[in-house]
Amino acid sequence: MTDIAVRKSRGIRHRGALAVFLVPFGALFALFYVIPIGYAVYQSLLVVERDGTFGPAVQVFGGLTQYIAVFENEAFWSSIGRVLLFGVVQVPIMLGVALILALLLDSPLVRGSKFFRLAFFAPYAVPSVIAAIMWGFLYSPNLSPFTGVTQNVDFLSAESVLWSIANVVTWVYVGYNMLIIYSALLAIPSEIYEAARLDGASQFRIAWSIKIPLVVPALVLTGIFSIIGTLQLLAEPQVFQSFSSAVTSTFTPNLTIYSTASIPNISLAAAMSVVLALATFVLSFTVLKLTQRRTAA
Amino acid sequence: MTATTASRRSAEPAKPGRSAKTVKPSKARAGGHSGIRESAVSRTIAMAVMVVATLYFLTPIWWLFVASSKTRADFTTTAPLWFADFALFENIAALFDYRNAVFLRWLANSALYAGIGALIATIIAAMAGYAIAKYTFRGRETLFNVILGGVLVPATALALPLFLLFSQVGATNTIWAVFLPSLVSPFGVYLSRIYAAASVPDEIIEAARIDGAGEVRTFFTVATRLMAPALVTIFLFQFVAIWNNFFLPLIMLRDESLFPVTLGLYVWNTQVSQIPDIRALVIVGSLLSIIPLILTFLGLQRFWQSGLANGGLK
Repeated sequence: MTDIAVRKSRGIRHRGALAVFLVPFGALFALFYVIPIGYAVYQSLLVVERDGTFGPAVQVFGGLTQYIAVFENEAFWSSIGRVLLFGVVQVPIMLGVALILALLLDSPLVRGSKFFRLAFFAPYAVPSVIAAIMWGFLYSPNLSPFTGVTQNVDFLSAESVLWSIANVVTWVYVGYNMLIIYSALLAIPSEIYEAARLDGASQFRIAWSIKIPLVVPALVLTGIFSIIGTLQLLAEPQVFQSFSSAVTSTFTPNLTIYSTASIPNISLAAAMSVVLALATFVLSFTVLKLTQRRTAA
Repeated sequence: MTATTASRRSAEPAKPGRSAKTVKPSKARAGGHSGIRESAVSRTIAMAVMVVATLYFLTPIWWLFVASSKTRADFTTTAPLWFADFALFENIAALFDYRNAVFLRWLANSALYAGIGALIATIIAAMAGYAIAKYTFRGRETLFNVILGGVLVPATALALPLFLLFSQVGATNTIWAVFLPSLVSPFGVYLSRIYAAASVPDEIIEAARIDGAGEVRTFFTVATRLMAPALVTIFLFQFVAIWNNFFLPLIMLRDESLFPVTLGLYVWNTQVSQIPDIRALVIVGSLLSIIPLILTFLGLQRFWQSGLANGGLK
């Protein structure tokens, strides 16, 4: 009885404390998440008009003019196509490697797993910009430690540079994803495969039939968020512009937005941002919902 | 970078109550029935994979370290993966000397943006997550869902809108333009909520109330201690997110003296073809910029590994 009474009145009794707890985050979240998004949407609805050729530029409401321009912008869509292709290839490879490493770390086959765990995770501490600079040197035909390879294979050509960038992203994030999958593996109670062990099942069999199905939710989620990251690709290609002329100013959607904003065509860039954010959000939300249903089933 | 900010969360709260301890049992498990039955072949293959992977992940960092230690002449003429004359400290001194120690300035800026920024972000997110976990109030679930939506909005998607907003108030190209947005960590609220719900018992809060402690004081003296692994995790990942952030400073800052170290090195790297001497500085600078992060991760691994295990995914 009293317990219920206390609970009911809590919200009122601790109003002051609640304000202290919630207002700082709420205010900053509103200022730097909600309002900017609203403002970008507003900006994307404007067009610039001039009086004659040399008249002063005035921003007026233009409805969906900018969105029509976005949909007609070939560079933007080809940049989206490029990162989707990138994602379709790179994400499965990255997560596959992460899964294999996590399973090996979790198996009794490997000694010194603590060392390996940290060694694989170390690249995550390297900022994307620095990782890209470092690999830029490693790919270089003259400065690379592997000139035997880089003088024969051009890692920075128009055909291969996308996949050279994919390697940089993979290098940075495999360890991170591996750690998440590994955490999921640790959470499986070992009694579950005790029986399989007694029946003489091999480590491979246990991994395939017991462990992998149990970490599917972790895999799907790291997958979704890797896809989001791919759509937002920016730092690595931006750095690679210094190494390879094949990386154009419209190589990825974010680079397109950046170069459009620096023309400056702010309203078009804002409309592109909104389209990209919506696409990202819809994609991740859809897969998230699908996963939840699958996990529940 | 954004791939990561997000991948630390799950579709539904992880099973509470499984805390720091989760990391430990593996050892017992691995040791328990290790050996005997595994064939030497599987062992050898497994270890070979581990060694190859280690080479892949560590060689670039090793190369960076070796390259940073070489004189300009040795850099192009000696074996790239082994030391020649050890000139690391001379190189660092040259880097710090260059253009009135601008690199030190960048390091200090990064430390300020990432260190102070992540600290404040952690406190603010922890308070919000704790309040959502431990108090009932109207709109609680709605608020939490809106914040969860925020986790799905990648930082890069916000950079341009933030620039537009800051230019409205004439605040681009200031410290605040980079610092203030990095104080918001929706992921931190998410992790704090789960962790507070699992590790701060209601009885303790009630006991503190009976003792006459205020709600806010109870949070800072009692709850934060119980939430420590989650707080360290939030701090670390927010620290990395800010330290690695590139698009926001790139868009916001023109004044070199406000640059974080990533942006500074990026700009230098674009100048290598005009000023070849700067290449050596880029290499040493890159090494110096990753050492603090690697050391922090190593030093605090006990905390963030359990924090990830608990709040990340089940």
